[in-house]
Amino acid sequence: MSKERIKISEDLYDIMPSDYQDLVKSATYGKEDRGWKDIGNSKELIEQHSLCAGCPESMAFRYILASLPNPEDTVMVGSTGCTSLVFPMVAVHNIHSLFGNQNAIASGLKRALSVRFPDRVKDVVVLAGDGATVDIGLDMTLQAWFRQEKFTTICFDNELYANTGGQESGLMQKGFVAKMAPVGKLFDKVRLPEIARESGCHYVVNCTVSKPSLVEKVIRNAVHIAREIGPTYLQLYTPCILEIGKNSMEGLQEMRDSEKPTERFAYKEYISEPAKQLLAEMAAKDKERKAAAKQLAGQA
Amino acid sequence: MADTHSVIGTKNKKGQTYTDTWKMMNEAPRTPSFFTGSEVIKEAVRRASCDVMIAYPITPQSEAAALIGELFAEGYIGDYFRGESEFAVMSQCAGAAFGGARVFTTTAGPGTMRAMENFPMWAGARLPIQMIVTCRGINSPLSIQPDTLEIAYLLNTGMLVWHAETAQDFFDWILKGYMVSEEPDVHLPLALCCDGFFVTHTKDVVNLTPADMCLPPYDPYRSPVPCMDMECPPVRMMRDPFVMKSNYISYATHASWQQEIWAAIERSRKHSIHWLNGLIDAENTDADIVIVASGTAVSQGREAIRLLEDEGVRCGLIKVKTLRPWPEEEIREATKNAKHIFVPEFNVTGWLAKEIRATIPNHQRVHAGPHVCGGMTMPPEIIVQEIKTALGMKSFSLAGRGS
Ligand SMILES: Cc1ncc(C[n+]2csc(CCOP(=O)(O)OP(=O)(O)O)c2C)c(N)n1
Ligand code: SF4
Ligand SMILES: [Mg+2]
Repeated sequence: MSKERIKISEDLYDIMPSDYQDLVKSATYGKEDRGWKDIGNSKELIEQHSLCAGCPESMAFRYILASLPNPEDTVMVGSTGCTSLVFPMVAVHNIHSLFGNQNAIASGLKRALSVRFPDRVKDVVVLAGDGATVDIGLDMTLQAWFRQEKFTTICFDNELYANTGGQESGLMQKGFVAKMAPVGKLFDKVRLPEIARESGCHYVVNCTVSKPSLVEKVIRNAVHIAREIGPTYLQLYTPCILEIGKNSMEGLQEMRDSEKPTERFAYKEYISEPAKQLLAEMAAKDKERKAAAKQLAGQA
Repeated sequence: MADTHSVIGTKNKKGQTYTDTWKMMNEAPRTPSFFTGSEVIKEAVRRASCDVMIAYPITPQSEAAALIGELFAEGYIGDYFRGESEFAVMSQCAGAAFGGARVFTTTAGPGTMRAMENFPMWAGARLPIQMIVTCRGINSPLSIQPDTLEIAYLLNTGMLVWHAETAQDFFDWILKGYMVSEEPDVHLPLALCCDGFFVTHTKDVVNLTPADMCLPPYDPYRSPVPCMDMECPPVRMMRDPFVMKSNYISYATHASWQQEIWAAIERSRKHSIHWLNGLIDAENTDADIVIVASGTAVSQGREAIRLLEDEGVRCGLIKVKTLRPWPEEEIREATKNAKHIFVPEFNVTGWLAKEIRATIPNHQRVHAGPHVCGGMTMPPEIIVQEIKTALGMKSFSLAGRGS
């Protein structure tokens, strides 16, 4: 899609909500080097959010939407959970259908878009909670990877079922006392990043969303690799401050504490050989482009 | 954007000509062919300009689903794969339909039940997916035999539900079905049901349309809701998601959307009448006795009527073609003279008889039966016996039934 498509008819301009007018005027659809630094300078693709005040999911959403390399041709797939309260306000086409079926929806969607637009890039990005990804939807998460479906899966790992009030999830830490884990969770946090690698993902990252520049990098890599090579998986720690008893100002610190080298969200990544090659080619092209731009600036 | 009309007369990559559907179905020459029901499904799909088909094995639809794979290998379908379960398959179908594809799938019995959560979602999202349901038992102990109980569960999903009697119905209705469900004022999924084995695994002469003609492609931009392909605005759906509001506006929105789904089913009536030549077929409805049935029970009813005729008993027949939309007016009108209404069914609960009882005046006229289930066949003789017993006529006892 080009920005032309969302232009507002002149006759209707004044009755459109101002945030839609802003989308048309100053959103970064089509901007090649868009990234987290656009936040504050341009219209973001998320208008408002209805998450708890200070919920790290809201930061994650903003960084991700600022970093998508191709939002004008990206369709997102969500699932039921706290994220589903945000998606209707996101200015990228997105699908919510059921709880846990996100990777099945994305499989059908990506294939349909490939059939309909064989010569165009159409990226598909899944974004769902840990309950959706690892528990109720695990089958479909893994099967999409086995089939090498070409889309990115992002899991907002808050280590519990937040939207239904803080129940045990497969990504919860062992021993954590929660609803439905009245004597503490009895088994380990499921090691999905490792499972993702074994299941055929070409790019797997486990980290927090404390650093926007890092989120930007991994999102760009994940989307490009999924587009060209095969499935990619990002597991991002977005602590549910409400359920772990933190206040609105404490989300960032919680993430920083959990990403220390010995902690469970210490940065971990896996890149397959073909994906490494692609990233190297992309870096070389980027360098070339920057050098050319510099030269052009020098001539001017 | 694809314009359905401008492509008519042009050829697809397989050399088939996109043809006006009315002409293709009603005016083009037909070739009689001796095929199994599964092969007939394949032949219909060959002509349906499908973008995506997603398959999963379950008897008795596995053969049809695999044959459609052959069509994909030959290049007649955009994409095809085996999903991991019926729940996943129906979600994959949804994803493909959200992305603007014409989608086809098939399932049966436990597969229908496994996938059930998807169906109201399909309807609510206005996805005109076509799903063939080759009905089979859903009971425990495990059964693979014909039994139509699963249709009862589909009736309240918001899908269109049609019940084919013969392989010929199947061939025609697969193609016509897309025309009805893709209408902008309908835009709903269709469950096209048949009785497993009786239709899928028997051979019959079916009149096929020419193989070098196919349906015009689906145009997703005629959908009443935006296609999720980032090609059509709005790119942002709403400011306040209704899910998180507990207020009157939120309830009213959900309520009105549900009403709209059912209104869309009602609006499908005129299109279904146009394409299927009525929602019911009725014969001799001036008789005192009328059999009302759907699926292969219609064929058995027709045989029973012949047997009764030999004995001088005159009996009318109503074939119910669409269960959703429900032909309420038609059935009321066609049964107005009947003193006795018999509803033979291939399931234990008699869901069709219940629907009819809720539709007509003097519903004590409805005799719910005979019922067979679990794979039993329905010899016309047991329909005859049911009728004679109810009328107080003497009838020979059937083998195994005692006297
Ligand atoms: C079939 C089904 N089962 C259960 C639910 C209830 N449900 C809604 S959201 C949710 C938990 C979501 O947890 P998670 O995926 O971790 O997302 P979070 O809310 O934590 O972001 C559950 C169990 C549902 N909507 N559908
Ligand atoms: S419940 Fe937890 S995850 Fe959900 S919005 Fe609130 S803080 Fe965020
Ligand atoms: Mg969670």
